[in-house]
Amino acid sequence: MQFNRKDLLGLEDLTSEQIKLILDTADNFKEVLGRKIKKVPALRGVTIANVFYEPSTRTRMSFELAEKRLSADIINFSKATSSVKKGETLRDTLENIKAMKVDIVVMRHGSSGAHKFASEFLDVSIVNAGDGQHAHPTQALLDMMTLRERWGTLNGKKVTIIGDIMHSRVARSNIWGLTKMGAKVTVCGPPTMMPVDIEKLGEGGVKLEYDLEKAVSEADAINILRIQLERQSTRLFPSSREYFEVFGVTSDVISLAPKGCIVMHPGPMNRGVEIAQEVADSEQAVILPQVTNGVAVRMAVLFLIAGGKVDDTELNEN
Amino acid sequence: MKMTSWKDKREFWISGAKIADPEAGKIRAGSVLIQKGMIAGIVWQKSPETELPVFDAEGLVLAPGFIDIHTHLREPGFEDKETIESGTAAAIAGGYTSILCMANTDPVIDDPSVVEYITKRAEDDGHCRVYVTGAVTKGLEGREITEFFHLKRSGAVALSDDGKYIADSKVLRTALEYARVLGMPVISHCEDPYLTSDSQMNESFVSTRLGLKGAHTASEEIAIARDIKLAELTGAHLHIAHISTAGAVDLVKKAKKKGIDITAEVTPHHLTLDETMLESYDRNLKVNPPLRSAADISALKAALRDGTVDCVATDHAPHNEIDKQVEFNYSPPGMLGLQTAFPQLNTELVKNGDIELIDLIRLLTSSPASVMGLPGGKMKQGEPADFVLIDPDEEWVFEKRMIKSRSYNSPLIGKKFKGRVKGVFLEGKYLEDVS
Repeated sequence: MQFNRKDLLGLEDLTSEQIKLILDTADNFKEVLGRKIKKVPALRGVTIANVFYEPSTRTRMSFELAEKRLSADIINFSKATSSVKKGETLRDTLENIKAMKVDIVVMRHGSSGAHKFASEFLDVSIVNAGDGQHAHPTQALLDMMTLRERWGTLNGKKVTIIGDIMHSRVARSNIWGLTKMGAKVTVCGPPTMMPVDIEKLGEGGVKLEYDLEKAVSEADAINILRIQLERQSTRLFPSSREYFEVFGVTSDVISLAPKGCIVMHPGPMNRGVEIAQEVADSEQAVILPQVTNGVAVRMAVLFLIAGGKVDDTELNEN
Repeated sequence: MKMTSWKDKREFWISGAKIADPEAGKIRAGSVLIQKGMIAGIVWQKSPETELPVFDAEGLVLAPGFIDIHTHLREPGFEDKETIESGTAAAIAGGYTSILCMANTDPVIDDPSVVEYITKRAEDDGHCRVYVTGAVTKGLEGREITEFFHLKRSGAVALSDDGKYIADSKVLRTALEYARVLGMPVISHCEDPYLTSDSQMNESFVSTRLGLKGAHTASEEIAIARDIKLAELTGAHLHIAHISTAGAVDLVKKAKKKGIDITAEVTPHHLTLDETMLESYDRNLKVNPPLRSAADISALKAALRDGTVDCVATDHAPHNEIDKQVEFNYSPPGMLGLQTAFPQLNTELVKNGDIELIDLIRLLTSSPASVMGLPGGKMKQGEPADFVLIDPDEEWVFEKRMIKSRSYNSPLIGKKFKGRVKGVFLEGKYLEDVS
């Protein structure tokens, strides 16, 4: 099966088969990451621009590493050190990158829909590394990969996403991805951080729960979102102290969940705000395996976007 | 039909057309006599017996020229977006013979000298009549009211801080009290800014899906409710600009029932485009107030039918391509409206059976004239001979090359319309090939 898509803008318009293909491909690439020489020639001759308009540590490094593991040529752009400081528009910046004959643009941007806008005038492939509050497809894919590794399937599993759903592109993409793959999603957080009609989001919708204890009581996995204080023009909850008391995931909260419940966090974590120290460092936490899987998932996405087929001989060629 | 010879005729008949009389609510065969730029007589027969020249408008509808009471001309200050010359050319192309321009220019129209400047520029380079709105507060800052008496004396016909809500209730109360004695309507842009800060679209499931910050309908309704109370208190004429929600319609309806001096306008885009279209993240669909839900649109249509909303106004808001070719968050709100208002509403409302053609014509002519106390808009002896000739059935496609504005921010480029403006008379002069 081929991916047959020019861009990856989000998970909403992917089929479950396409998501499965990405995850299967990522499983193969993860094996590459365990080798002594962690590199395959799959994207040799392909040039990728990492265009980051927002600060990022793990997503940017993860993409860059994925690209290097695939032997792609890379150029990097960050807003802080670019002509954007001189007033250059997104369109002009991307047109220039295109003129340098780049094949794929990996972009993060603070405005929802920025990738859709870019796809209007860029004929090169675009991979969404996060747009505003809209989508973060590769994060959701690495979350799904991590869960699938544990469970073998996502179908019928229950995942609770806790925190600032309103401002979270991770939550939106997770809801689309997980529900398409047959999982049941519950969202929980303060009412001020719940967007309108969130219950309708995803394939078949999600369950909304304001009571944290109820929200985790049947959860096979808990995905804890970072409280994004920088995205709030006004305070949506009175204090970090109160937030932690009401919605913070502590070991007491975890003890209410079914045994073996997995704890996830997309990072960076605010320990003592949305997640307790002991939970972040617990055995149930898969926060660092998520990071590892991020590289494999991004290798898979880039490989498939570039038109690649899963081919064992290519993977084995060092 | 030869049209070129008509622009300088000072005394002639227009015959063959169906005459739209918005006040009578009828479209019927008739002929109109023009003398010295005025309507000298109307006879309800297709072909008058006359020695005078006759303009043959066979097959078309002759209506009073459209009047837009909400146009952003952008000059002075933003001539890269629009000028008085280009904006009035767009108006004529859309069948508008009179427009009322808004005060958010640079400098703001908060001083008689700016009113006089615009009036002079319109006389020199304008293609249609231009009326001027003065700012309610200096610099549109919502703090100190402007010199209403002086603004009126210099030619301003209404007052508005459009684009901004006057959040300080005391300031608006003062403005309404002061404007009442001058008989000047105060046009209010109703939006609670605390509820809409950073918002990009209507707040709903669509905004949840798209990850765009929403402005809830309550932000408009809260603002309208307060303004209605102050209109009641002061007895001034309050005009609600670009009403967009079902709840706002209810508020205006109740206020009118109570006898409060309130009028309201609705834009063509709020009547025909809904929030789901923003899935494209098309910046040309970003407007303020934002495009609302299908239920809101239904309520607005009903409000047109029952008279709760008085008229249609375009909120023609040009922004050049540099402004709009940016990420959705950074794009300024506003779309063009003058050239597409009639065909869009004829296609979406008249042809779909929501309203009759004569009602649409009334909403674009006599009603806005009456709301703002402007001349024109009537098919009556002694009125200016400002007309629009319409083919209500012609199918055509709106193309970018047809745009007369200096900006191209219309989401309707490429749209197939039914109904076209075929020609315009301004003070009896025929303006050929307008569209």
